[in-house]
Amino acid sequence: MFPLEHFLYLGAVLFAAGLMVVIVKRNAIMVLLGIELMLNASNLNMVAFNQLDPGSIDGQMFTLFVIIVAVCEAAVGLAIIFRIYHYYQTSVPDEVSELKD
Amino acid sequence: MNAAPLMFYFFEVMAGLSALSLIFTRNVFYGALLLIVCLLSLAGIYVLAFAEFIAVTQILIYAGGILVVIIFGIMLTSKISGKPLVVQHTNWFSGALASAAFLGILLYLLSQHSFHTVQASPNPSGNPLHQIGTGLMSRYVLPFEMAGILLLIALVGAAVIASSAKPKKL
Repeated sequence: MFPLEHFLYLGAVLFAAGLMVVIVKRNAIMVLLGIELMLNASNLNMVAFNQLDPGSIDGQMFTLFVIIVAVCEAAVGLAIIFRIYHYYQTSVPDEVSELKD
Repeated sequence: MNAAPLMFYFFEVMAGLSALSLIFTRNVFYGALLLIVCLLSLAGIYVLAFAEFIAVTQILIYAGGILVVIIFGIMLTSKISGKPLVVQHTNWFSGALASAAFLGILLYLLSQHSFHTVQASPNPSGNPLHQIGTGLMSRYVLPFEMAGILLLIALVGAAVIASSAKPKKL
């Protein structure tokens, strides 16, 4: 079994990288990629802590449900991006400043 | 010679490096490919952490499902076909400040706390896959059904939002 700290350090780095991607990039799809990265960082933490209790699968189950919610988020998010792109001809979130014309 | 630590640190370095280079890449398509590399390395780490089912799910759903959908999205939202979709960067200072502060806090707290590492066998109570299958139908049946309903609602909603029926005023 590997040291738990190494999992947690990797999770921290992935989460910080995802946060930076979300803030820095000027494209809605890139923001979605950053959100996926942050969700994966949390999944890594849950799988790592699940090792402390070898008989239990609570952490792995929660990871499964997080993956399912990530699927829903990606599907709805991409549908909204697609729709906004058709309407405004852009996928830059800063240029979309109103919900209706 | 045990190869498991070598594989573990290889996967960790791959995941970290691809996540960091995702920050600096300007091409959205390369960004999606870097995310695939990161997710596959995470699947390798999950295997080494005795979570094989999660690893297979990660490969099937993330690398096979979400990333394909994202690549479709990239191709559908690029203005000129044949030219790569390039992103501008903005808010460099605030982004670096926020993520560096967050990373600093996390690393400080993790270094303060020492986690006891149990040298336990991977799974004493039999086959983990069997355990997950039984768990999904007994103890976790309510979240399982809720996840199914959520998935149905989200997919129907996504299909309705992205459908090509034009609204009245456009």
